[in-house]
Amino acid sequence: MSSRETAMDLAVRRPGRSPSAGRRSLVFALGCVGVLALGVVLTRTVENPYIFFAGYVVIQYVAVATGWNVLGGYAGYINFGPTAFYGVGVYTAAFLVKAMGAPLPVSIAAAGAAGALLGLAMGWMTLRVQGVYFAIATIALVVMAETVVHNIDYLGGASGLALMPPQAPAWAGGQPQFMLMVMLAIAVAFVAAARWIEISAMGRALRALKASEVAAECAGVPTFRLKLIACAISGAMLAIAGAPYVYYASFIEPGTAFSLALSLNAIAMPLIGGKRSWVGPVLGALLLATVQQAASVTISSELNILVVGVVLIAFVAVAPDGIVGIVEKLTGRRGA
Amino acid sequence: MILELLANAVSTGVLLGCIYAALALGLAVSFGLLHIPNIAHPVFVVTGAFAATVFNAMGWDPLLVSLPLALVFYGAGIAFFEFYSRIYEKRGEADTMQALTLFFGVSLVIETVLVMKFGADQRSTDVDYVGQSLVLGPVVMPYRLLIPALVAPVMVTALWLYLKFTYAGIAIRAVAHDERALSVSGINPGWIKRHAFGLAAATAAISGAALVIVGPIDPFAGRMQIGRAFAVVILAGMGSIPGTLAAGILIGVTEALVGAFGSPSWAPAVAFTMLLATLAFKPSGLFGASR
Repeated sequence: MSSRETAMDLAVRRPGRSPSAGRRSLVFALGCVGVLALGVVLTRTVENPYIFFAGYVVIQYVAVATGWNVLGGYAGYINFGPTAFYGVGVYTAAFLVKAMGAPLPVSIAAAGAAGALLGLAMGWMTLRVQGVYFAIATIALVVMAETVVHNIDYLGGASGLALMPPQAPAWAGGQPQFMLMVMLAIAVAFVAAARWIEISAMGRALRALKASEVAAECAGVPTFRLKLIACAISGAMLAIAGAPYVYYASFIEPGTAFSLALSLNAIAMPLIGGKRSWVGPVLGALLLATVQQAASVTISSELNILVVGVVLIAFVAVAPDGIVGIVEKLTGRRGA
Repeated sequence: MILELLANAVSTGVLLGCIYAALALGLAVSFGLLHIPNIAHPVFVVTGAFAATVFNAMGWDPLLVSLPLALVFYGAGIAFFEFYSRIYEKRGEADTMQALTLFFGVSLVIETVLVMKFGADQRSTDVDYVGQSLVLGPVVMPYRLLIPALVAPVMVTALWLYLKFTYAGIAIRAVAHDERALSVSGINPGWIKRHAFGLAAATAAISGAALVIVGPIDPFAGRMQIGRAFAVVILAGMGSIPGTLAAGILIGVTEALVGAFGSPSWAPAVAFTMLLATLAFKPSGLFGASR
């Protein structure tokens, strides 16, 4: 956002829909369909199953980074515990699979509800005071969620849980192919939702809130309610991204469901890509996750975390608007 | 029997709470007074603990060696604050969220460097009094808890006296209160903040040594302590130094009681619950000035 654009401008201005905005939405929708179609074609033609496992991880990061960015990027409230929400999604699905062999759509819906509720509860307790308290509470939330799972024997406690999730439908051509398609559909839906939030009145209000909370409140933006909604949406998205993991891996444990690497990546990807628009998290996730998948054979996971950490510090210090911000500065124009 | 259990749980809780207060003391300065949300502070403490184990392996007492190490940490804290303020304070208004992300990145980098240097295994110190206990009637206090716990009241008192009665200490409280007024009265607020952040880092060296006497730690031990340390500072009330000790003991005793009468595996949830409860119902904390 340009510094000349004040919170008041953003909250009050009602730009009419220009014809070019409609055209852009059409191009975006066609792009989404194109990506999905490409996914179908690839799952039919590629033989090597490793591609599907690696692809699942990369696309999952697109979903996680996009979900995180709804709160972290648009509202400017940093959630340091995305794995708490992701893990709640994983364990909600695990519970349903173990209890009743729930099919994937049921698990996804339940995980979304659980994540939204957790987001609402966290937000209600911490978002009324300064944002820094919310951030701190989310760090502690991961420890809390892990403690709860450790204490529930039904969910396998600390040692993990092996499950027999329902098999993929026959038309999908196998479990890895099916899971890749599911994750791709989720990611595309998330990106579309994020773009919609961005161009809707809600996105404008969120930008106003981010620029100045007091000014936004004065201009009639219901800031607390808006923050709660953003928190619930973001929480639901992160939890939904976790639910299919149970069907993908059939073995879960607290160490992977609440993994540090996932938390770090969920934060680093939007910040490196650029957190102001939906493009940033997608770009950051594709870039970082692909490099990590390719490099995981050659470098240790510690070195991996170290490199991401250093790159994150560099971006925060030098280019707070990420790659998208750098590109916009170079080409001298501001994006949508 | 149940009274004995209760007495021991409370005494263990008080000792643990003192150690939590020592952990959080630096944060009470950097976050409570300077309003810098240094989520990397617990990792500073763990770094202090690892430094203590290195010198302990050469035959030094961890607590004694932590005093010269505190000087090193003071210098490192000042250097780090310089880096931080170059990025933020000069960019205009400091963006708390960006700062949090920076500290998050820094703590990850420090943790990973520790893992690469020392391995992911737990490390501990070797001191003579480990294994022995002070027995007061039914109450048994192991020295490995009692001696590091004594560090906290000493540090809290020293810091409180420093802030109350010295020129620089009063200036630190003044910068917390009103930065512009301080610069009008002819004191450089930048220098005072740097000094205060250095002091906060210095406490990490000493509380790190205390922490590693209590029990073995690994490079990721800081993560468990972030919630606890912030819970102590927020429960105490922003900027209240003596309150840190009270809040630490309150959390420590609650954890010990949950451990003794419930299940020890629920103990990590205590600090988080108290943190959330404080934020939801009394954001100013127990001893904080209302803002």
